[in-house]
Formats: sequence, structure tokens, C-alpha cells
Amino acid sequence: MPETVNGVVFGILALASIGGAVAMLTTRNVIHAAFWLLEVMLAVAGLFLLLSAEFLALVQVLVYAGAVSVLMLFVIMLTLRRREDAIRPLDASWGAAALALLFGAIIYVGVAASSFTLGAMPDEVPDVEALGTLLFSLDGGWVFPFEIASLVLLVALVGAVWWSKEEDR
Amino acid sequence: MQVGLEVFLGLAAVLFALGLYGAISKKSAVMVLMSLELMAVAVNINLVAFSRFLTPEAMTGQFFTIFTMVVSAAEIGLGLALVLAIYRQSRSIELAGMNRLKG
Repeated sequence: MPETVNGVVFGILALASIGGAVAMLTTRNVIHAAFWLLEVMLAVAGLFLLLSAEFLALVQVLVYAGAVSVLMLFVIMLTLRRREDAIRPLDASWGAAALALLFGAIIYVGVAASSFTLGAMPDEVPDVEALGTLLFSLDGGWVFPFEIASLVLLVALVGAVWWSKEEDR
Repeated sequence: MQVGLEVFLGLAAVLFALGLYGAISKKSAVMVLMSLELMAVAVNINLVAFSRFLTPEAMTGQFFTIFTMVVSAAEIGLGLALVLAIYRQSRSIELAGMNRLKG
């Protein structure tokens, strides 16, 4: 069965992610912004599903929508002294907007000038089982980068605990 | 209707540009970290789309995405711990107030 990306589903998810990102940047309430980020993460998980990356979609929901958003909310609420502090100015900046537009234009020119075989999507993709086998195989697999990544996470975790612990005076 | 690779690249570019705008313009440390996450996610979309369209058998982009997710999770954990530490020192997470190292 040939797998194709459904244009309607893609349109909905693209609209959800871009709209959520715009809402995140334009809302004045920091807590609302965190929830918009959560919505963007869920929409991106849907996009991963469209690209037949089921494992990554699951990880996206677990890590970004689950852990990161909750961590964001925790830090926002820990660093608010009054309820009114959640409302912030818009921080609009023409310079930043110009830079972002310039970046988008460069990407557009780059994609338009690229010689990738764009368009057609291969019919058959390996499933999650193949991904796991390749991830943990020694020859030609990704097991050493995987172990290094786990070390990075461990060091970052210890560092985060060290930084955020109450210092004893 | 079939959606091609360039559409995914365009979507990721828009998301990345929005994240870039937020990371530069926002004056709250937490909002900047959120914008950084937006940019990381845009990059992940690019990687997965390339993996799906160009190397579907090797799934290189998917493995790269796993590692960028690890790095951005580490980054966000450390970043938020740093924000908390700064808040404990100066009772504020405004980026404009973080100039104590300025000569």
C-alpha cells in the first residue's frame, strides 16, 4: 500500500503548529505561552506521524509535550511573585522581525536553488522494529552515539540539580 | 493530494524563523528558552522529512532527531535550572537585568 501524505491532514497540522507558534509569541500571558508551546509540540508530533516516524512522534509527546512543557510551567510559576507578573509586555522588535524574515528568505532561496529530488515520497518505510535494531546494532548501527547521548543527559541532569539546589550559607 | 518535501522544509523554515524572532525579541528568560525549543523542533521536522524522503531505509534523519532531542532536553533542563538560580540571586528573570558581569 503506497503511503502518501494527506494534504488536508498536513494543512491542519501545519496551521496548528504555525498558528500556535504565532499565538505563543503574541500572547501577553507567559502561562498561556507555555500552553501554546505545548500545542505546537503536539501538532509536530502529528507531523512526525505523517512522516511515518511513529517512535519519534511518541518521544515528542513524552519529552516535549510531557516533560519540557511541565518543566516550563513549573519554572514560570516558581518565578512569579504575584499573579499579575504573568502578564508581560509584547516585546515587539522590528530588528528581530527583520532578521527572522531575512533568515526565512535565505532558506527559501536555498531550497529553491537546491538540487534535491523533491516531491515524490518513497512508498515503503521500515517500521519501529527496524529503527530499534539499527539503533542498538554494533556494526553500522548507532549504539555508541546512543551511549554518549545517555552520558550527556546524565551530566546535564547532575548539572541541573547542582545549579538549582539551595546554597547553604 | 500529495505533499512533497519542499512543503515540510517551508513549514520548518517558518517555525524556525518564528522561534528566532522570539529568541531575539523576548525579554523574559523563560520566553527565550521556549523560543529556543521552537527552533529545535523546526530542525527536527527538517531532519525527519529528509529522512523520510531521501534516506527512508537508513533512517539517518530519525537517529539525528533522537540525538537533537537529547541535546535540547539537556539544554532546557540546564537552562531552566540556570533561570531558577538567577531568580534566587536577583529575584527577577528579566534579561535586561542580567548585566552584573558588565565591566
